[in-house]
Amino acid sequence: MNIYLQLLIQASFSYLSTVAFAVCINVPRRGLNCAGLSGMIGWLTYWALMQLHLSVMIANLAGAFLIGLFGLLFARWKKMPVITFNIPGLVPLVPGGTAYEAVRAFAQNHQTLGIELSVKVAMVAGSIAVGFMFAQLVADLTRPRWGSWRKLAKK
Amino acid sequence: MGVQEVRTDRNELLDTCLLAGRILIEGGSEMSRVEDTMSRIISNAGVKDAALFTTPTGIFASIQNQPFLQLRAIQTRDIDLEKIARVNTLSRQFAAKEINLSQFHRALIHLDGHVPYFPMWLQIICAGIVSALLMVVFTQQYDFFDIPLAGLTGAVGFVVATYIRRLTKIKFISELTGGLALALCALIGVRMGLGHNLDNILIGGVMPLVPGVAITNSIRDLMSGHLLTGMARGMEAVLTACAIGFGIAIIISL
Repeated sequence: MNIYLQLLIQASFSYLSTVAFAVCINVPRRGLNCAGLSGMIGWLTYWALMQLHLSVMIANLAGAFLIGLFGLLFARWKKMPVITFNIPGLVPLVPGGTAYEAVRAFAQNHQTLGIELSVKVAMVAGSIAVGFMFAQLVADLTRPRWGSWRKLAKK
Repeated sequence: MGVQEVRTDRNELLDTCLLAGRILIEGGSEMSRVEDTMSRIISNAGVKDAALFTTPTGIFASIQNQPFLQLRAIQTRDIDLEKIARVNTLSRQFAAKEINLSQFHRALIHLDGHVPYFPMWLQIICAGIVSALLMVVFTQQYDFFDIPLAGLTGAVGFVVATYIRRLTKIKFISELTGGLALALCALIGVRMGLGHNLDNILIGGVMPLVPGVAITNSIRDLMSGHLLTGMARGMEAVLTACAIGFGIAIIISL
């Protein structure tokens, strides 16, 4: 399939599915669009890095880092908590489907496959969490400067 | 002003603070936000030296060297971001002195009972959309023939899990029946020739129910030093995955 058509499908599907999931977990209406955008950004980052044949963990880490950064921007812009954008934005990346496959493998007596999938769940979830930690670090580094800008603006 | 600060009702203050914390935890907030919000409420009311202890099943708040200590148990833990956003707004208003403590308290009590939800039909349709689209995104196979069945499967699983959840207090049972129902739906659909690839349809169908976000959040909590919370939420996520996986495995191996 044509790469541009693939890109279009990936972008639109990840945006729409993130917005739909955001409705299921009751994100306030004015945050829906931004949540969808952050889901799209995270997934496209992951997808692009996977097309370049990088490892799954790097791709997840970069995706989560960008979701975290854009979540911060959206949160400062919309004056809403960061996790309103982070939690729905994560949905395409997060290893929920893999966790289900792991349990199913155990239940059907495929122990080796089950262990393999469980380790994959742990590694992917860990790399997403590390990506968020980096975004949080960026937030902590930029916050004082933002504050002092506001103080300067008030003076 | 000084006299008024001294007269702040300490019991009402602790009650407000714990109510805010309970609503946040029930809405699925991360623990650092819960502790931050609770300690801000106390310090914004002009009381120093608050001692807080938070776990996902119960929270404690006290004022040091004074006979004030309250605790609250927490029964349910879901993801509901509207609650978190509203508590955040109220806490900001309280910090900016736009509302006083008793108004804040009343607003929280009202919020606890009346969170606006999206209508149920919209949530069901959205669960279907999540399943249908994430099947394509997650499996990286552009098989558009399977999309309608995946959407239907996801919607059925979501409906069954939600309504059973209202009947019983045990989360495991509702998720198990959700898994059973969606696997049955997918299996019948594939046998009738409405879909090709059963495995892909099942992966799509479980998407609204699976605890991917919960797993990631528990690892985030662990990394930020909230060990109790991380372990408890991680265990809850593993139980959810087990419920759904067992439910589907039972049907598939029939």
